[in-house]
Parts: sequence; structure tokens; C-alpha cells
Amino acid sequence: MSDIVLDTEALTRRFRTITAVDALTLSVYAGEVFGLLGSNGAGKTTTIKMLTTLLQPSSGEAHVAGFSITNEAVDVRRSIGYVPQAVSVDGSLTAYENLLIFAKLYDLPRREQQARIQEALEFMNLTADAGRLVSEFSGGMVRRLEIAQSTLHRPKVLFLDEPTVGLDPIARDTVWEHLIDLRTNFGTTLFFTTHYLEEAESHCDRIAIMHRGKVAALGTCKELEASLGSGHTLNDVFSHYAGTALDSGGSFRDVAVERTTAQRLG
Amino acid sequence: MIANFILPLTGFLEKTFVITEFEVRKLRHDFTELITRALQPALWLLIFGQVFSRSGAMHTGTIPYLDFIAPGILAQSVLFVAIFYGINVIWERDLGIVQKFLASPTPRAALVLGKGFSAGIRSLSQTLIVYGLSLVLGVKLNWSPLALLNVLVIVVLAATLFSTFSLVIACIVKTRERFMGVGQVLTMPLFFASNAIYPTAIMPGWLQTISHLNPLTYVVDALRTCMLSGSASTFGLSHDYAVMLLTTTILVFTGARLYPRLAT
Repeated sequence: MSDIVLDTEALTRRFRTITAVDALTLSVYAGEVFGLLGSNGAGKTTTIKMLTTLLQPSSGEAHVAGFSITNEAVDVRRSIGYVPQAVSVDGSLTAYENLLIFAKLYDLPRREQQARIQEALEFMNLTADAGRLVSEFSGGMVRRLEIAQSTLHRPKVLFLDEPTVGLDPIARDTVWEHLIDLRTNFGTTLFFTTHYLEEAESHCDRIAIMHRGKVAALGTCKELEASLGSGHTLNDVFSHYAGTALDSGGSFRDVAVERTTAQRLG
Repeated sequence: MIANFILPLTGFLEKTFVITEFEVRKLRHDFTELITRALQPALWLLIFGQVFSRSGAMHTGTIPYLDFIAPGILAQSVLFVAIFYGINVIWERDLGIVQKFLASPTPRAALVLGKGFSAGIRSLSQTLIVYGLSLVLGVKLNWSPLALLNVLVIVVLAATLFSTFSLVIACIVKTRERFMGVGQVLTMPLFFASNAIYPTAIMPGWLQTISHLNPLTYVVDALRTCMLSGSASTFGLSHDYAVMLLTTTILVFTGARLYPRLAT
């Protein structure tokens, strides 16, 4: 686990007067499950958008799978998978069609396409529903299909923005089971944001807590808990580093997206 | 944007057709859209066309008025549907679909042109309706295979042009409310400042000038030339094609440049 698959150097993004991400510097190792935590508006989604080449940084640089996000964006895109927070599969197509289009867009060899799709469907427990329209799917199935779609091309790093928002506990566990399987079977690095501390605690190798665009704390959950002295929980760690509830922000659009996503999946 | 075009052209076209293929597949699952599309041209031809044809108010030379407006109504119905195409990408943005496509290695121009083509294929249903009605109303149509092929190409090209224009607007305004407003504001001027339902000769000078800058005028001219038997082109068919192709190319490039704005 010593190979660095993702690193950022003073990565910064400003929106007019607001600095959403402020000189972010961190490294993620290959095969790691890395969680980015923080309250709304801390800069988690902006960070993911820059790392997935959807947003140009204002300054600084990052490398993903060895490619620069500013100069080698297309190579970065080939090496990553991305599951946005909002629903990203097309409800007016079947599950199979949603996978087929990405198999084609990622240039999977024609001979391998069918086998890869069947394998992905099996892996995510969706084989029986392959021919159904996605608009009829439950929230947990939608998320599993999105993960299948984003990993068809076997990305080195899979970015997930709030992968379990709006899911019931059982669906959440199933999604996590499949994510951990991905890491075990293919060595996929998982880089995700979440609000759920218990998810971070049970699944992450390391976490970073963001506050106002900066990394306020970085390490394993155990290390961070110990940093406050004995007897502290991750909850204490979070409120210590991420500030009080009054600080919690997030734009109207971010909050709206999160709530609609929760509604659609729930 | 230059980096997008270093990729071999074949790869670019392949990706474009992948996008088109899946947009068209959506129709298979829900084809009500194809039926609702047919309604508007039917009303214009059957009501507006009949009334103005009887009134004799429009002087269209040797061509009967109904013959004159049949290609105009086809062009108009293509425009009216295509100009609102951008609402789909705003919808896809509010979900996370646009973001996911933009995070894939697909060239941006292929995403834009692929969607444009699919709007073109959808417009073929309107062509069918206008031809059916024209036949019933006794419009003298040109049935030569070459003319029919030209009409299909013109319709697909026109729908690609206007839907890409719509997509460019969507990338700029980003929200449904603003988009609907801008769409409404644009449709009528594009339609009335064209030769769709009256000859440009009866327009005042300033409006004639505007109509010559309006791509719809060239779409209508091309359609009129190919759809009707014995209708001479005002600008020349190759001139019409040149204007449509050039405008579409510029719009696709602009769209490719603006598309990433949807992910922010």
C-alpha cells in the first residue's frame, strides 16, 4: 500500500470571493479506502469535482493515477470512475443499456463488452433486472447500478460523492459490501465523501476532515480519536475539527440536490 | 478544446453515434413524444393554411399558398421542437447524468453532436406527418428519390442545428425557468422573420435583412426546393446547405466549449 495513486499540492478553487477549497494538500495510496468528511459547504464536493476534471482549479495541482488533472485531463478520465451524489443513471433506459453505453464510451473491446456487462450485473446483484427500465428501480438498486456503470472499465480510482445519501440502512450495507468487494477483487482505490461518521469508522483506512476548504485533520479514525486524548469518539473528533453546527453552510443548490437525491432514492 | 479534436475523426464519430444510439433507444421505451410532435404541424396546415389559402391575401406567385407553406410548416415544426431540446440537458444536469458523461473520456463535441443528431432522427416523424397531410390536401410533391433523400438530410440537419443552438442556450442559462423564458422569446422571431409562411418579398426592408441572417430561411428555401415539384430555389440549394452546415459546425464547437459549464 505504498504507491501513491492520488496527490494534491496546494489545490485551490475560488468562486468569486469565496475560497471553497484552500490549498488542499493530501496523498491517497493505491487500494486505500479514503473518506473525506466535513459539514455542508466545507469543500468536499468541489474537491471531488476538481479531481474528476469537472472543475478547473484556480491554482495548485493534483495528480490522479499519475496524470495531471490540469494538463492530462483525458488520461485522468480514462483512469477514474465517478459516482456523483445525484442520480446519474438514465431512468428512460434499461439497466443493461445504461451499462452498454458506458462500455462503448470507455472503448471496451467489442468482444469483451458483453462479458464485462454480465459480470458487472452479477457482481452488483442485478442480473435478474438487467432488462428493466431503471425508473422502476429502488434506491439501493440505482446506486448499485451506478457503481457497476462507473467501474466497467476497471478504474484505478473510484470517486463517490455521498454514495449512501438517502438509502435505508439495509441498502446502505449492501452498497458498502459491494464497494469493499471491488477493492478486494480489483484493488480499486475508493475516494468518497460522506456525512455518516459510522460509515467512515467502519470502512475507511484513513479519513480527512475538511473545514472551510482546508484539511483540519488527517489520519486513521483511531489516530484522530487518540489525538484528542483518551475516551473520545469520532463524533467528538468531528465536532472538534469541523466546527459547530452554526458553521455548517452549503449553497442552496447543494442542499437542494442532496434533498432531491434523497427523495429520489428513498 | 483543441485536445478534443486531436483524437482521430473516426473515434469522434463513433462516440457521436453512441450518444445518438442511446438517445434514440429512449424513444423505443416511450414513443408518445413522436405522436405529440405530429399535432402542431397538422393544426397549422389544416387550419392556418386552409384559411389563408382561401383568403388569397398571400401572393406566392405560381405556387398555390398551401404548397408554399407545406415546407414552411415542416421547417417550423422542426424548429419549435428542437429549440426546446436543451431542457433535457438541464434536466440531466439536475440529476447527475451530465456530470458522469463529462467525467468520461468522451470528446465534448461528440456529446453535443450526438444529442443534436438524435433530435434530427426524432424530427423524421414530423416529416412523415407533413407529407401525409400534404398528400391529402393536394400539394404537388416531388417524389423523386433524390428529392426525398434531400428532404431527409435537410430535416436532420435543421433539427441538429436548432437543437444544438438550444443546447448552447441551456449551457448559458443553466436553469429550467430561465431556459423556458429564453426559448419562448427566440421561437417567434425566428419563425416570423423567415420565409416559412410568407415570401420575404412582402417584408419591409429591415425585416428582409434580418430574415437573410436567419438560418430558418435557408432551411425553408432548401425544403421548398426539394419537396415541391417545380419550385425554384431563391438562394441556390448548395448555398442553403453551406449556410446550414457552417452554422451547425460553429454551434457544435461553441456547445462543446460551453458544455463543461453544466458540471459546475
